[in-house]
Amino acid sequence: MNWGSWLLWGFLATLLLTTVSSMTQGMGLTRMNIPYMLGTIFTPDRDRAKLYGFIVHVAIGWLFSLIYVFIFHSMGAASWWRGAIIGVLHGLFVLTVVTALLPGLHPRMASEQHGPTAQNMLEPPGFLALHYGIRTPLAALLSHVVFGALLGAFYHMK
Amino acid sequence: MLPLTGQFPKIQDYGVIGDCRSAALVSNRGAIDWLCWPRFDSPSIFARILDRDRGGYWSIRPSGSFTVKRWYVQDSNVLETEFLCKAGRATLTDLMPVSSEEFKCTTLLPDHELVREVRCSEGECEVEIDFYPRAQYGLKSMRMQSLGNFGVRMDVNRGAYWLRSSIPLHLGEERATARVVLKQGDVLQYSLTYAEESPAVLPALGENTRAAIERSVKWWQNWAAMSCYRGPYRDAVTRSALALKLLAYAPSGAIAAAPTTSLPERIGDSLNWDYRYCWLRDSSLTVRALVGLGYVAEAEAFLTWLLHATRLTQPELCVLYTVFGEIASHECQVNRLSGYMDSRPVRIGNAARKQVQMDIYGEVIDAAAQYAQHVEGFDRTTQKVLIGLGKYVAGHWDRPDEGIWEPRSGPQNHTHSRLLCWTALDRLLAMNEKGIVPGIPRESFTRERDRIREQIETRAWNEQLHSYVATLDSNDMDATLLRLPWYGFEQAQSERMHSTYRKIREALGAGDSLLYRYERDPQEGAFGVCCFWQVEHVALGGGSLDEAHHMFEQLLTYGNDLGLFAEEIEPGSGDALGNFPQAFSHVGLISAALTLEEQKRGKAHPAVKVGSDVAASKREARV
Repeated sequence: MNWGSWLLWGFLATLLLTTVSSMTQGMGLTRMNIPYMLGTIFTPDRDRAKLYGFIVHVAIGWLFSLIYVFIFHSMGAASWWRGAIIGVLHGLFVLTVVTALLPGLHPRMASEQHGPTAQNMLEPPGFLALHYGIRTPLAALLSHVVFGALLGAFYHMK
Repeated sequence: MLPLTGQFPKIQDYGVIGDCRSAALVSNRGAIDWLCWPRFDSPSIFARILDRDRGGYWSIRPSGSFTVKRWYVQDSNVLETEFLCKAGRATLTDLMPVSSEEFKCTTLLPDHELVREVRCSEGECEVEIDFYPRAQYGLKSMRMQSLGNFGVRMDVNRGAYWLRSSIPLHLGEERATARVVLKQGDVLQYSLTYAEESPAVLPALGENTRAAIERSVKWWQNWAAMSCYRGPYRDAVTRSALALKLLAYAPSGAIAAAPTTSLPERIGDSLNWDYRYCWLRDSSLTVRALVGLGYVAEAEAFLTWLLHATRLTQPELCVLYTVFGEIASHECQVNRLSGYMDSRPVRIGNAARKQVQMDIYGEVIDAAAQYAQHVEGFDRTTQKVLIGLGKYVAGHWDRPDEGIWEPRSGPQNHTHSRLLCWTALDRLLAMNEKGIVPGIPRESFTRERDRIREQIETRAWNEQLHSYVATLDSNDMDATLLRLPWYGFEQAQSERMHSTYRKIREALGAGDSLLYRYERDPQEGAFGVCCFWQVEHVALGGGSLDEAHHMFEQLLTYGNDLGLFAEEIEPGSGDALGNFPQAFSHVGLISAALTLEEQKRGKAHPAVKVGSDVAASKREARV
């Protein structure tokens, strides 16, 4: 286990993931904004939520990169394509499991069963987060593949 | 006595029930003839309103002849239909149960449920139950499977419907039926549920159902009691607010235009559209209605949806969106359905999705400006969105568009669209002055706003007719011209508006206080919201306040026996036309009632009052 390499590339891969996610929003591919969704767990203030969410997202991404590193070690090698494959699985996990759990965990997110009480809440992501735009699965998979590929390409096993 | 089968009920013969995620129409013959689950725009399982034979329905009614009375339980969306038969009297209660979020956390409840209870209150009554669902707008039959005490299960694609009944039902291939004689005090209960994401929750009948009914009544009554309207039209305003609330989609905050598709604007004709989406053109009036009644949480949820669910297309806005901000689906025709009274085609989806309507920018920004009167300010993201919309307007306001009425005859230079572009920039400048939206390009917004004003005052004014006109350099009249004072562009008592109003009455008057929306041959019905605009115009100075009250009271008589309005009114018969119930008509009614009350109390109209005095004083205190 190369802790220094994980710290560096895990961090950089997370930054890249966040950048690609922001780009896909800017390009109008999706309305899914994970830092914002995470940040609103702590505050309803939209501007602060983005900041808090960014910090939480980087921390989670960093932690997740550790799992990637463990998988590389169990495979005996790290490469961009191995990272990309893990990224696809990671992306699918986020799209299917995390988005399904989120309305139950998030104090400011409505569920599909919400109502009729009106509250200003985040809309639920729906299956594959399709409520945030039809291209959301594509955008989420892309950002996670890029995350895994970068980590796989630059992480040094020794 | 009502005809039992075969004929279509009139549109106004329906009532609506719902739970702020979907809605059903119940006829005054005890039949649910329209239901889409899980969302307003999902495919139907009951659509007899669009085809008597193939649509599917769920009927509970006396087997012989009967007369009927119906009402909503006081200030609620729980519908009661009383059948008076030869030998007795029975009351049918219809609702989609609702409860608070706190209660939902403590009890296992179905994802979607419709409850029906029939109670014999006098003598005896033979009642027939006929449950005949058809999935996918009547295209698919639904195979029923009896699972004993659990009820009847029907699987459709990825969802499961469950029907539970307090008496055994006779199961046929595609329908479940029963005929039972009820004596005084006897009660039948039914629960229809739908589950898509997880195993279905099967609610117990009996006391549990009664409790669900009482809980729902209480919830709606508590909600209605939050209204701050204290004027003379409380019942009509409360019913409109409850109808509007039913059309809200609570998980996202969106508000659908109507729960139905293809109810015709002209019987037997092809003016049949799918209204189960959210139209941005309704937004200013909707926020005005919600905020004016004190439903600030609903207004906030709606505005948040307006500004953030539409992000994928910004700075351009589409005419309509789904409840989750997706662009509405392609328009297609369901040829298998014969349509309401043979009004073909039945359409699903809406082709107006691709139209250009420049008025919607002004509607959205005006909605934000009205809401701004009740908050301290907007966050930076919202400010950026508003400024982005303003810049788009400043760069594109002179673009021809399809206009608010969405004719499919191509773009034109609509006066109303110009007016709303003017409104967009004017409101942004006003909000900027109050510090609510800092950082706007003041110079270019002011210049473009003034250019729009000049164009309207010159090219939308027809000197020969001595009137404003519907499109630049034309002779056409349109009811939207009544909005010039409402948005603060003209004084209602100005000479120009007096003569314009006279011309509108001449060209578009439909008897009583009814008004067509535009000149058309042959005409459709009088347009609900335009009739209420007229009341507001008169109240704002286009006539006297007494005259406005008289008009308003006259218009209220065109609602159905439950106080519900469709999109249009047939002037001769007073029958409802178009999709039903229609949010646009009901927000028009609420806005008119609010204006009448404001004028009586000498309060400023919201169009001239942008930005919160509270917010301004707080900001000053901070400085």
